[in-house]
Amino acid sequence: MSYKVTEEGGISIVHLDGEIDMDVTEKAKEIIMPLIEAKKEVHLNLKDVQYMDSSGISVLIESHQKATELGTKVILKDISKSVLKVIMMAKLEQILNLD
Amino acid sequence: MNNLAQISEQRDFVVSSSSLKDVRSFSREVFEKVNIDQDLKDELVLAIAEAAQNIVKHAYQGEDTEDKMEIKISLANGNLEIGFFDKGRPVEKDKIRHRKIDDIKPGGLGTFFIQQIMDAVVFKEGEKPWINHLILSKKIDY
Repeated sequence: MSYKVTEEGGISIVHLDGEIDMDVTEKAKEIIMPLIEAKKEVHLNLKDVQYMDSSGISVLIESHQKATELGTKVILKDISKSVLKVIMMAKLEQILNLD
Repeated sequence: MNNLAQISEQRDFVVSSSSLKDVRSFSREVFEKVNIDQDLKDELVLAIAEAAQNIVKHAYQGEDTEDKMEIKISLANGNLEIGFFDKGRPVEKDKIRHRKIDDIKPGGLGTFFIQQIMDAVVFKEGEKPWINHLILSKKIDY
């Protein structure tokens, strides 16, 4: 997994790239969580994520919950077909913020 | 693409989260030989990777080990059977829970996915030298 973080109008945009599994979830959390803890709105661009398993979905849930707790939000952008399928399999499409 | 009526392939992997991408590659290679829908292939790869992840996470509790797990994918007469063999802690079947649909929290999702994708999930005591033997099965039309 590789990533790029950009800032645009006070919003942190995190572009994730590659496959997100148990082996990279700690790295993903290290990138995303500090932004949420700084109470920034975070957009996760998942266009280039070709594979995500339950560990990756757990990162999305934790990020969403932390953001809600701190009064900000995480929005999932440009979700790839394969990631959307897993989100729907987890029945989270009504819970997470999808765009 | 070939459309083999019968497949039996197995491979060993070190029990580590870093092996999961190799587990996926192996699974994709095997399913490339079968004329089934790409969505179904992706689901089967996910189920296999989730089961392998459970071995790393639960049978070995994330500990470093040089132990290997074995994954065997067999297809005959439309019956797909995927066997997982490991030497970790014995699985306590009563403690296996998958997430409830309305329970929004991290964890338990892997088993939930496996149950959704496969027709049957059976835990057996492994024959020596294995401790655990998990069998995932599904009827496949191809």
